[in-house]
Amino acid sequence: MSEKKKMAKSDASPASKETPPSATPKMKGDKVKVFYGEKQALMDVDLDIKPNEVTALIGPSGCGKSTFLRCLNRMNDVIDICRVEGKITLDDEDIYDSTLDPVQLRARVGMVFQKPNPFPKSIYDNIAYGPRIHGTAQSKADIDEIVETSLTKAGLFGEVKDRLLEPGTGLSGGQQQRLCIARAIAVNPEVILMDEPCSALDPIATAKIEELIDELRENYTIVIVTHSMQQAARVSQRTAFFHLGELVEVGDTEQIFTNPNDSRTQGYITGRFG
Amino acid sequence: MSANDHIVSSFDEDLETLKAKIAQMGGLVESQCESAVRAVHRRDQTLAQRVREADGRIDELESEVEAMSLRLLALRQPLGGDLRTVVASLKIVSDLERIGDYAANIGKRAIVLSSLPEIPPANGILRIGGLVQSLIKDVLDAYTDDNLELAVAAWHRDEDIDELYTSLFRELLTYMMEDPRNITASTHLLFIAKNLERMGDHATNIAETVHFQIKGTKMQADRPKGEDASYVVTMPE
Amino acid sequence: MTDAIMNSKPSTEIRRPTLTGERLKKRYAAERRFRLYGLGSILTAGLILVFLVGSITGTGYTAFLQTYIKLNISFDAEFLDPAGTGDVAQLASADYGGMVKKNLRDNFPEVTSRRDKRKLYNFVSPNAGFDLRTMVIDDPSLVGQSLDLWIKASDDIDMLTKGYVDRTLEESNRRVSDTELVWYDKLDSNDHIEARINTDFFLKADSREPEEAGILGAVTGSLLTLVITLLLSFPIGVMAAIYLEEFAPKNKWTDLIEVNINNLAAVPSIVFGLLGLAMFLNFFGFPRSAPLVGGMVLALMTLPTIIIAARSALKAVPPSIREAALGLGASPLQVVTHHVLPLAMPGILTGTIIGMAQALGETAPLLMIGMIAFIVDVPGGFTDPATVLPVQIYLWADSPERAFVERTSAAIMVLLAFLIFMNILAVMLRKKFERRW
Repeated sequence: MSEKKKMAKSDASPASKETPPSATPKMKGDKVKVFYGEKQALMDVDLDIKPNEVTALIGPSGCGKSTFLRCLNRMNDVIDICRVEGKITLDDEDIYDSTLDPVQLRARVGMVFQKPNPFPKSIYDNIAYGPRIHGTAQSKADIDEIVETSLTKAGLFGEVKDRLLEPGTGLSGGQQQRLCIARAIAVNPEVILMDEPCSALDPIATAKIEELIDELRENYTIVIVTHSMQQAARVSQRTAFFHLGELVEVGDTEQIFTNPNDSRTQGYITGRFG
Repeated sequence: MSANDHIVSSFDEDLETLKAKIAQMGGLVESQCESAVRAVHRRDQTLAQRVREADGRIDELESEVEAMSLRLLALRQPLGGDLRTVVASLKIVSDLERIGDYAANIGKRAIVLSSLPEIPPANGILRIGGLVQSLIKDVLDAYTDDNLELAVAAWHRDEDIDELYTSLFRELLTYMMEDPRNITASTHLLFIAKNLERMGDHATNIAETVHFQIKGTKMQADRPKGEDASYVVTMPE
Repeated sequence: MTDAIMNSKPSTEIRRPTLTGERLKKRYAAERRFRLYGLGSILTAGLILVFLVGSITGTGYTAFLQTYIKLNISFDAEFLDPAGTGDVAQLASADYGGMVKKNLRDNFPEVTSRRDKRKLYNFVSPNAGFDLRTMVIDDPSLVGQSLDLWIKASDDIDMLTKGYVDRTLEESNRRVSDTELVWYDKLDSNDHIEARINTDFFLKADSREPEEAGILGAVTGSLLTLVITLLLSFPIGVMAAIYLEEFAPKNKWTDLIEVNINNLAAVPSIVFGLLGLAMFLNFFGFPRSAPLVGGMVLALMTLPTIIIAARSALKAVPPSIREAALGLGASPLQVVTHHVLPLAMPGILTGTIIGMAQALGETAPLLMIGMIAFIVDVPGGFTDPATVLPVQIYLWADSPERAFVERTSAAIMVLLAFLIFMNILAVMLRKKFERRW
């Protein structure tokens, strides 16, 4: 127990070496600091993302969890005033290295957003867009195959196979979100980032997405930001709690939700936040 | 607003009610235990009868607490400390209910005992009963006040009860060997002593549950096992 | 989750809204009044529009008609080809004016005095000779023949036919004298006067003679100018908007640029004309009065409008679309070309058409670069001298002849038709580019 606590709070590297490396982390944040202009949004976040696991980031609004998530595929680059310090690695490769192209990084680290945001194109074109711009598929047959497998993986193929050429925006909210997930996995990323993917969906659609996340874990590493603690508890293997730009605690989901170490975590998950 | 209050105040109220119910049940169990021991000591049949009848109320309270806990789980989906509180309450009420059952059983035997000739070891029952009562009281106090030290201290005291029980066991065996006419009364006393010892064990369980509720972990050491009665062999002289 | 919020207890006294009929009635009355005001303003605006369009059409529709006089014309060889060569060059340079005058005299043998003769010559358009020349050159066999032909009447006679000459006035106060009235009535009673559709109005350029003046020159000038304006301002405006909106860093320089663009949109258009005069004509030495320069000046004026419209159209594209594309690994340029621009296109086009319509109606800057000149030829290219519709309207409105009044109105009608055509084009383009869902 205390061991995990040390891992979460490790400022000195020897402490983190105590943890037996069950698997080498897929992604690793090392003293990540993010500034929006003068304001510091993240303070020295050290977080390991383990492969083929679902890592949930929880915390109150404005705690920096989404900011951290967006650092992982450099989506913060688009914001002029945003500045990232520290080091984030993907398979031991520094993703903020000047030689690394953010566009290529995003092909390896895909993203699903809070609001389902299919392009105003057909379902087929939505899925085919990624493979087309990355040139992973050349012939029509290749693209057809990618569209079908992606939709199947996202559990949507059966529902839409007769209307692939109809607009993606005509689907229901849950279907749209699964379309967005299918669109993300069509590029075959290694890591999928999800920013509150179910916040706009009803419980049935949410359950379908959660089931999908659990299936995707086999082939992808998933990081999910969520406001629903029940959801974090249901889908994730590890949970990290952020508060005021700080990573307060990270540990096995079970432990975080039954017996958190930090009083702030306890206060947040029990709904006592003061 | 203190940092310990829930944002949803009715959640706090629910938890308070739950704790109050358990405290009420604890008080009832405590007085049952005290009355049962007194009925044995004073050979008071009326009191013993009252103890037997009051057990129904404890069972009622148990099902009430269980229903409340279920409701909390379903509607509030407690996590962390709250989750442990609710789970602990479920465990504590079942322990309390068992203690209540033992008290009722002592009451039943007290009625039988009062019609039998008096034998001296009944005083030993008074001593062991006193220890069990204070143990129950302490664990209940520890529960209501979230007092970890008190719970741990009470937990260690179970050893005294077990030792006392072992010596009472030897004493009663001696009586039975001295005069076979004492066997009936002594057997009843033996069961009463065993009941009291079991009550102590359940009180220890509650202390452990309180520890779990507060700390979220099991107690480190093994449960105290001072009770050697199982291994006592007394050879007829 | 501040303490203040947590501690604020709802006040114990509960005030429920009183649902009395009095308040309700007042509220409904206020709503009804408000709706009436709205309806009233719509009606007022509609009435003003109807009045405006009505008065313009009322004065203008007659310009689409032209009076013709039936005369017996003999193509005298004495005038046309005294040598009898049949040479086209000779036919082209012959004195047709003299021929028309002679024929007029022949048609009215009773006219003898010099003064009356001059009045008689005034009956037909001074350009009637040119029409006859065209006929003869087309068909030289006409020489020596005599035909009954419909000859275009002069503007005064045209006005008389259209009822704009008040016969009750004293002779000195009207353009048509008593003797002329007598001749006119004689012709009229013989059915030798006829009003026909004025095709020349649409097929000819400006002229000093109202009956000869047409709108085609101005329409062509406007069209050529707008082509230049569109070609310059649309790509530059859209590119500028895309750069500012999607790529430029947000700092004080871009803020400065933004403020300046907004200011430019409000700069009086004559200033752009002065700029064009100083730069395009005096510095670069571009031809004066040319649609090329006019289009460039108008492009300068339209640019801010297009940039502002395009930027707001780009802003209106939901950021979630940009994020989705970026998240898939599209480069910023791909995000813009594949997603943002197609979605913003309808808005950009609307803004562009509005800018174009503004440019179409603009006069002031064009005055500065000489597009107010009197030009009798339909411009054939971007560097030919030309004028544009609003300037033509201004020129005609300034002319003293009574016949130009109706032509001014008619030109306004053509301008309005041009605008309506552009708006229809805008709607059609939007329909085409708008997502089908």
